Amino acid sequence: MDFAFTEREEMLRKAVREFAEAEIPPKMEAMEETGEFPVDLLKPMAQVGITGIITPPEFGGVGMGYVARTIVLEELGRVCAAFPMALQVHHMACAALSDFGTDEQKKKYLPRLATGETMGVVAVTDPSGGSDLIGMKTAAELKGDKYILNGRKCFITNSHLANFWIVIAKTGEGAKGLSAFIIDKDTPGAKPGRKENKFGLRGANTGELVFDNCEVSKENLIGQEGQGLGVALKTISETGRTGMAATALGILQAVYEEAGKFASERILYGKPIGALQAIQFFMAEIYTQLDICRLLNYRANWMKDQNMRCDTETGMAKYYTCNAAVDAAKKAIEIHGSYGIMKEYAIQRLFRDAMVTVPAGGTAEVAKTGIGRAALAPFKKR
Amino acid sequence: MNRIIVCVKPVPDPKQWDKVSMDPETKTLKREGIPNIMNPLDKHALEAALALRESHGGEVVLLSMAPPFAKTTIREGLAMGADRAVLLSDRVFAGSDSLATSEILAAGCRWIGDFDIVLCGNLSIDGSTAQICSQLAEMLDLPNVMHVTGLEGSAGGNLVITQKIENGYVRLASGFPVVLSVRKELNKPRYISFAGILAAESKEITMLSNKDLCVNPEHVGLAGSPTKMAGLEVRKFERKKERLEGTVDDIVEKLVEKIYQCGVIEC
Repeated sequence: MDFAFTEREEMLRKAVREFAEAEIPPKMEAMEETGEFPVDLLKPMAQVGITGIITPPEFGGVGMGYVARTIVLEELGRVCAAFPMALQVHHMACAALSDFGTDEQKKKYLPRLATGETMGVVAVTDPSGGSDLIGMKTAAELKGDKYILNGRKCFITNSHLANFWIVIAKTGEGAKGLSAFIIDKDTPGAKPGRKENKFGLRGANTGELVFDNCEVSKENLIGQEGQGLGVALKTISETGRTGMAATALGILQAVYEEAGKFASERILYGKPIGALQAIQFFMAEIYTQLDICRLLNYRANWMKDQNMRCDTETGMAKYYTCNAAVDAAKKAIEIHGSYGIMKEYAIQRLFRDAMVTVPAGGTAEVAKTGIGRAALAPFKKR
Repeated sequence: MNRIIVCVKPVPDPKQWDKVSMDPETKTLKREGIPNIMNPLDKHALEAALALRESHGGEVVLLSMAPPFAKTTIREGLAMGADRAVLLSDRVFAGSDSLATSEILAAGCRWIGDFDIVLCGNLSIDGSTAQICSQLAEMLDLPNVMHVTGLEGSAGGNLVITQKIENGYVRLASGFPVVLSVRKELNKPRYISFAGILAAESKEITMLSNKDLCVNPEHVGLAGSPTKMAGLEVRKFERKKERLEGTVDDIVEKLVEKIYQCGVIEC
């Protein structure tokens, strides 16, 4: 069992770290204040390959797989978690099109995502609830050869940054009653609605999409009518959860570095506080959590790259890493003492960012439902 | 344009300078366990080469004198876009000062052959001698320009060079071949792309030892280095602290006087 990263993966990590450390910090103050994503970085990210990392080369991407994607998102998250938050949803759009789109849809939309012309959106959550997909209210009624969409999607990442959206809407009842549509932004009856004002991951644009008698051609169906639940679940499970987990992993790495630096520099009783056992215990817990989460994340993504079923593993990575990031950030604030609650110190931003990852992309409880089933499956009596 | 050689050097990551120490016997730096990066100014040199290739064609070849671990740094240069690389590596090169290094690099340039430009960074952040470029040019018997801040080809086939001097800039025209060293103001190096990383895996790195280069053994390594390292110390700078008392007007007046006394502003 070889746990080492390959030379390619190490170079990838170094390349992303260099880009992230140079380009992102000058944008962060404005992002925290305004909550807006720095769209001028889209093209540079595309040139490096970030926006097209999982998109096949024939559609303008690099096609490097999910372990590579995790490295990229982790390194971006280490500097500013709003970036992987935005990009992981962008990648969800790439994955939905790659996995379920027709050749024409792939040719038309994937290059726009890979080149940074637009951010990607997969709009699943209704105001009626994100965890209850089948209960969604946004509906698409077939009239002649067009679908008429009505409804609202909320908490949609990149809602105002995309020139097309992938939208899941109700076309029937039950598990086969959802369908996935590609909707261009300038389609009459479709528009972005309000922007949300989050307390963390500021700069990852989150907002509403509103549909009012929006006409969508049958050609804009992704897959067949009634396949929407499959599109949503596969995309969320394999690309969304892994993306959120990698975002939280980046935060956790940043938390560890901030805590370690502070513990080594803050002098009390004539020595760095890192010499005190209480602080060492905190650091041991943070360090162990980081390693556990790294293993969970890279194992789940390795399985995805091997085309192995991995929904249990991605669920574990997502719920565990996001909660661990919050826990570690809280410990790091305690290491910082009162400095930890001052806005000049990065650790408070990391705590807020970590908190937002917990419900985003699926709650821990929904993930545990699936994990619990998998855990009990070997013991099930016939 | 036919061929541009870019000299690149792996240097210890400056973020970990505090872990670098000196071998008390050989007076050389102990770099084991410290990650390396490409010398930052060499990246600017490489970017210039890639830009010239994009407008005038030709081949960009990386040249480095370093131990085998330098392959990682060289791959980064290939990932940036260089076509191939030559690594000059031999135990007998260890401890070479800038003169010995220049002679080895000159041999490497002759081995590659048929080049139009040799590009270097002005200096490396570890040794900071800034001597390689001019010594290399001398050994190759070629013209040399340092402190290059502008570089472009002209319609007449010459190279138009902007050189920073003490009180301004000089504009020069040069034929080929020529040896140049660049400042960071020249350009902003491109980031390594993921496609570049994949492409770099199939690009050639040729390793040459002194058996291939045939440099006089008395001119290489510690024995061939007239410059001897005497010592290495870390300077500590303590901040001077002084509290100014009085009214706001008093403090402002005293502060202005201090600023003049320190030479921050000249009268």
